[in-house]
Amino acid sequence: MTSRTPSDAAARPGRGGPRRPDARRLRRGVPPALLLPALLGLAFLVLPLVGLLVRAPWSDLPRQLADPQVWQALRLSLTTATAATAVVLVLGVPLAWLLARTEFPGRRLLRALVTLPLVLPPVVGGVALLLALGRNGIAGRWLDSAFGITLPFTTAGVVVAEAFVAMPFLVISVEGTLRAADPRFEEAAATLGASRLTAFRRVTLPLIAPGVAAGAVLAWARALGEFGATITFAGNFPGRTQTMPLAVYLALQDDPEAAVTLSLVLLAVSVTVLAALRDRWTAAA
Amino acid sequence: MTAPSPGTGSPAAGPAGPDSPGLDAHLVVERGAFRLDVRLTAAPGEVLALLGPNGSGKTTALRALAGLTPLTGGRVRLDGASLEDAPPEERPVGVVFQDYLLFPHLTALDNVAFGPRCQGVPRARARALAAGWLDRMGLADRAGAKPRRLSGGQAQRVALARALATEPRLLLLDEPLAALDARTRLEVRAALRRHLADFDAVAVLVTHDPLDAMVLADRVVVVEGGRAVQDGTPADIARHPRTDYVARLVGLNLYQGRAEGRTVRLDGGAAVTADGDLTGPAFVAFPPAAVTVHRERPTASSARNLWRCEVAGLEAQGDRIRLDLTGELPLAADLTAEAAAELRLHPGAAVWATVKAAQVRAYPA
Repeated sequence: MTSRTPSDAAARPGRGGPRRPDARRLRRGVPPALLLPALLGLAFLVLPLVGLLVRAPWSDLPRQLADPQVWQALRLSLTTATAATAVVLVLGVPLAWLLARTEFPGRRLLRALVTLPLVLPPVVGGVALLLALGRNGIAGRWLDSAFGITLPFTTAGVVVAEAFVAMPFLVISVEGTLRAADPRFEEAAATLGASRLTAFRRVTLPLIAPGVAAGAVLAWARALGEFGATITFAGNFPGRTQTMPLAVYLALQDDPEAAVTLSLVLLAVSVTVLAALRDRWTAAA
Repeated sequence: MTAPSPGTGSPAAGPAGPDSPGLDAHLVVERGAFRLDVRLTAAPGEVLALLGPNGSGKTTALRALAGLTPLTGGRVRLDGASLEDAPPEERPVGVVFQDYLLFPHLTALDNVAFGPRCQGVPRARARALAAGWLDRMGLADRAGAKPRRLSGGQAQRVALARALATEPRLLLLDEPLAALDARTRLEVRAALRRHLADFDAVAVLVTHDPLDAMVLADRVVVVEGGRAVQDGTPADIARHPRTDYVARLVGLNLYQGRAEGRTVRLDGGAAVTADGDLTGPAFVAFPPAAVTVHRERPTASSARNLWRCEVAGLEAQGDRIRLDLTGELPLAADLTAEAAAELRLHPGAAVWATVKAAQVRAYPA
């Protein structure tokens, strides 16, 4: 998003002294000590995907895809991941702003807490969610008695579990963008009569939009693939809480071919969505 | 234009009292070992320049006036109202930042309309107001352009329009010309001067360039190490610098007049020949070191400028002698101590002053 267009570069001639010898650097050989592990790493990442494509039951695919359970799980996955992303945006962007733009005691501790779900095993996250928001949980009990809301083992519970796991991705991304953005634009807005909220809404948010979008896509992808916290907190009920990853895992037990098909569908959806969004950004930037 | 003209020694109205209109500020900001402590007063319509080196605290003073840096002491009164506890968005203050800080995602028009919108003006009227401001800045055709498509001079004018569109009672300009190349600078400086002359409230500008201060301001406050070391009209400061720093900084004789080709006829009657062609209202400036002083009318000199003067004062400044001359043209001249002794100069002595045209700069007012 910071890439400079050729016209920008042409408008600033003589910047940075002599031309960088890019071409020559490319012609210099890559040391084998770096090249070998790099290629191994690439193979390590690509090989499983190749396995998936090679072993896919292509001839049986139409019959497998006709199974309404596949589409039910896919629809549930897409709606819950999108809803979780919306939750994460509404709560995460203000949280990132708080972390990046204000000073208060315990801010560093808070920042560490926010990133905790990144390193926490998702299953542990699911257990923690049960203890907090379960019917007998510390907040869940109150939600149940005051509003009659029960989260565990419901579709809303899936959204909660996914949002819990995906939130740090957005917060980290947006906080980083905020720190890189010039806070003096907010000062300029203040001198023009904008309150901090107005300055955030009309100046900061548009400026950090690329970072917010990148964070939202990361969060969405993470939510789409969520397994551990979801199965622990929301269970595995077809049509209600059985998302694609859960369906894949379950299918693997008794119908491996169906598992491969489901995986292919999930892979295709992720790649399509990410590619579409990527094109939109690069076109806009 | 009724604003007092700078450089010709007409002092502006006296300091603002507690309830009189204008600015009456005592700015104290302490940050670690640095302490800023300056008093600033200015009447409506007056342009005040804070002139000083980098790190002297002048930008801190500007930020304190805007409310962007909290005061640790003192006060800010504007038109009789106390502002020191008001957040920046509640102060009737407009700021033109050094690098303009135009919002990159908004067009020039929406940048200018931003302030009125924040003040609650409906969208259509705010945009009409903004269009009016851009028109006054000669930028009507750039209204739809994003800031990155504007040239430096255009961005500066959009920033000025944006600050003025909120109708501030105090306009602050931080190094308004520093981000421009030399050629654009001349043009923008002249335009900025006209806009400041039209502005009826207080304007405070911060600069490290003595020329900007002298051309744009009615009164100059020299800030050094967080303190105001000198305060006066540009002419005062140039003729009677009180510290070596000021002398080095503002070592300029500056006059205003009308240019006809290479000759600039000054408001006081004298004429100065400059290094370039120009027509219309103009400033001329030359450094005191460019002046050669003679006891007898020089006959062999090739200098185009020759004035009959009288020594009003002598002052040692470092290894040089600063002469204060009156007569046809009041001016400052720098001589070496040897030359001053050889000429047997004393207050009241009659002398001839010459300056080569090549050392006189003329630029549009």
